[in-house]
Amino acid sequence: MKKLAKRSYLALMLLFLYTPIAVLILQSFNAGKSRAKWEGLSLHWYAELFRDQAIMKALYVTLTIAVIAAAAATVLGTLAAIGIHAMRKRPQAVMMTMTNLPMTMPDIVTGISLMILFTFSKIERGYVTMLLAHITFNTPYVILSVLPKLKQMNKHTYEAALDLGASPSYALLHVILPEISPGVITGLLLAFTLSLDDFVISYFTTSPMVQNLSTLIYSKARIGIEPTLNALSALMFLALLALLLVVNRRASKTAKA
Amino acid sequence: MVEKEHLIDLQHISKDFDGTTVLEDINLYIRKKEFVTLLGPSGCGKTTTLRIIGGFEYPTSGTLLFEGKNIVDIPPYKRKVNTIFQKYALFPHLNVYDNIAFGLKIAKMQREEIRRRVEKMLDLVNMNGYGKRSVDQLSGGQQQRVAIARALVNEPQVLLLDEPLGALDLKLRKDMQLELKRMQQALGITFLYVTHDQEEALTMSDTVVVMRDGHILQIGDPKSVYDEPANAFVADFIGESNIMRGTMVHDELVHFSGFDFPCVDAGFGQNQPVDVVVRPEDILIVGEDIGQISGTVQSVLFKGVHYEMMIDAGETVFKVHSTVMQPQGSRVGLNIVPYNIHIMKPMPVAVTEGGDDEQ
Amino acid sequence: MSQNLNMPPWVVWTLVALLFGFILFGILTVKRSNGIKRSFFASPYTLWMVLFTIVPCLLIAYYSFTDPNGAFTLDNFKNFWDSNYSVNQLYAQMGPEYSVLIQRGTVNIDILVYSLWMALLCTGICLALGYPAAYFMADRQIKIGSTLVVLFIIPMWMNFLLRTVAWMTLLEDQGLINTLLKFLGFHSAQLMYNDGAVLLGMVYNFLPFMVFPIYTSLTKMDSRLLEAAQDLGANHFHTFWRVTMPLSIPGVISGITMVFMPSVTTFFIPRILGGGNTMMFGDLIENRFLTEGNWNVGSALSLIMMILILISLSILRKADPEGEGGGIV
Repeated sequence: MKKLAKRSYLALMLLFLYTPIAVLILQSFNAGKSRAKWEGLSLHWYAELFRDQAIMKALYVTLTIAVIAAAAATVLGTLAAIGIHAMRKRPQAVMMTMTNLPMTMPDIVTGISLMILFTFSKIERGYVTMLLAHITFNTPYVILSVLPKLKQMNKHTYEAALDLGASPSYALLHVILPEISPGVITGLLLAFTLSLDDFVISYFTTSPMVQNLSTLIYSKARIGIEPTLNALSALMFLALLALLLVVNRRASKTAKA
Repeated sequence: MVEKEHLIDLQHISKDFDGTTVLEDINLYIRKKEFVTLLGPSGCGKTTTLRIIGGFEYPTSGTLLFEGKNIVDIPPYKRKVNTIFQKYALFPHLNVYDNIAFGLKIAKMQREEIRRRVEKMLDLVNMNGYGKRSVDQLSGGQQQRVAIARALVNEPQVLLLDEPLGALDLKLRKDMQLELKRMQQALGITFLYVTHDQEEALTMSDTVVVMRDGHILQIGDPKSVYDEPANAFVADFIGESNIMRGTMVHDELVHFSGFDFPCVDAGFGQNQPVDVVVRPEDILIVGEDIGQISGTVQSVLFKGVHYEMMIDAGETVFKVHSTVMQPQGSRVGLNIVPYNIHIMKPMPVAVTEGGDDEQ
Repeated sequence: MSQNLNMPPWVVWTLVALLFGFILFGILTVKRSNGIKRSFFASPYTLWMVLFTIVPCLLIAYYSFTDPNGAFTLDNFKNFWDSNYSVNQLYAQMGPEYSVLIQRGTVNIDILVYSLWMALLCTGICLALGYPAAYFMADRQIKIGSTLVVLFIIPMWMNFLLRTVAWMTLLEDQGLINTLLKFLGFHSAQLMYNDGAVLLGMVYNFLPFMVFPIYTSLTKMDSRLLEAAQDLGANHFHTFWRVTMPLSIPGVISGITMVFMPSVTTFFIPRILGGGNTMMFGDLIENRFLTEGNWNVGSALSLIMMILILISLSILRKADPEGEGGGIV
């Protein structure tokens, strides 16, 4: 009996967590505009979605920034992780504090501080600044994905490569990189997901001209929900869910390895 | 045969690490085709010395000569030295063949030549046909041999081995010790071996270097280090021994455990305190009345090869090895042949410089 | 409206000097090595972080302590304490008859207090709801499988905005809940644009952040400790109270950290679900910057927020010095 109670509690909680999302997704298939009346199943709003210029433009922005930022963050972060791993204890601690800093800072402060930076340097806010901001907040996560893999590595593997005649760059490319590649890929996916996901930092580092999906949803939501918004949200949810499941599975495999 | 020429010279090598001195004024030479073992407890600096020669540590001061030239500033990938690391450090993303071929590929060797050499190596380490295997499918002993093949295929002049047999079980370890010795002699390569296992060192080496706390305590061939340890620490570390405080009455007579024993050492002065070393297998058990001293058998342990008995002789409790068992509690007599009593100055550290002891 | 960006030269030179200093540091690291040191690889990242994380923070500090002309001032902080500060100064100068008009504006402080209070409520509710959830999830007799655990954790990473927006469909006047109520014969309720909605939105968003660390620390616990306790005579309640609960404290601390801090600084949840009726500190900062264009006061507020966060972090860290609580990733 007690087991049932416990299970029910968990079920209720899951219900709580996913009901709004489920309703949203359901509503996106509602043929009618009204939230209260169900007027039949329809993909009408999804079609509308693809016709809406603003949304398509925002989609383009979101995707391109996510891809570029993730790639840049992965390169920057992987190199950094390798460097940090090779440091002595004290510089390493300093680097780790600096890496953890952006993650402990509230996103609003990060966003605002970057906004100040760009305006101060007389750089106009827009696509580029949003991209720079995304790279900035993505990189620490890449580092945190790659470092565990480096720690798991046999510490003599790199030296063995040097011992056998490899130059440091050869050893890096042919020995270290292959071994840490699972961590690198997880980091890449994570960065990509975070970029797709981001709202607050994007909000402060872009101009009203250049919107990504999140900022678009925000500006529309303040006016009121429209059905295309539901469709968009539904799609975003599913995409994020899929990505997160993949990242999670990789992360747990890495942890077990 | 070990050649006379010095291949490697360490001169006044010191290494500080984060404020602690790990090596202090190390002077050592290694000759061509010599099997040298650095022996000592953990933390004595033997691995650091090895890594300095390999190029993975930079000495704080001192010179490292290789064939007469100072190579301290030369990175490891340019040295004609190869290393076998403690946990083999095989590349997990490469199979056996590619692991072994790694150094050859970097040297941009022809594919046919690489194949020939790798096959020859696999044959040498008895791993024929294992080329395509993935590294994590191999047992410890097999990984060991792949690591050896990977290093030797590059035909280095010196092979550095950092406690390579530590992870193997006893029987395999003993087999591998003989294997390594055989390989070294067949290939004519200089081996520099690091271990804390004194039996291993004595079995395989031409020269043993005993180290402690960053200093070299003694250098010599296995027999001299065993029979004539320079001080109490070496005596205690190498083999089993009974070490006692005694007094040198005069040349060739030493007093310990309440008896004046004739011995063969001289030059320690008169009535001077000394350290005395007697190996357990050198103490003879005789009838109580014919022994130089007598005692009671405290305990008996069957060790397979011999019995180990602790015999209480009043002032001293002796560890005695014998193939004949004496029952616990029995009274026995003990005799020690003068030749088997080794006298040492009662000092903590004594450093012997240079290479071999002159015989 | 727009901020005057003329900076005194010393600021610019300091920043340039910092930049050069770091480049030098990178070069020195390479020189000291003999080609083996890989720590050099972290230099581009270090440079980036200095530029995009440390310098912005310094800029916030700079703006907090200066006025629009670049002169040093503490007025921004005084404005925080008394939102009518500038007006009050004027009144004070105009003479004793006007002194009666001097009234301290408590707007900023009120909002801060309100935000702290809401954050506290949210954290408390998340703890009350989340601890049992984590406990049941970790309960070995109820095998919920790793997929379900992942389902609990996934919302942590999903877009907060979307999840908040999702509630709009439910809470709106024509939303699902009201439709249901009307269907059942009740009056429609004002479910949105009030404190309750904001709190609900916050709890909804942050609940998984409480559950996950507690769950992690509970699963890390050695089950043999429980067996030992029972072996020594403790019943279920005792075992929980004296063994399980104390050992889960690191996870609880971690959860509180991960809920309280975002709660205090959240800005779009109150805006979307609370309309203009509930302003929280994050809102306030955004308002000062973008609506008012007052960078100095905005920066001062941000600085205050950061200090608050740091204080709460260090308090929480004292309670869990080893950092055993489960974290993200």
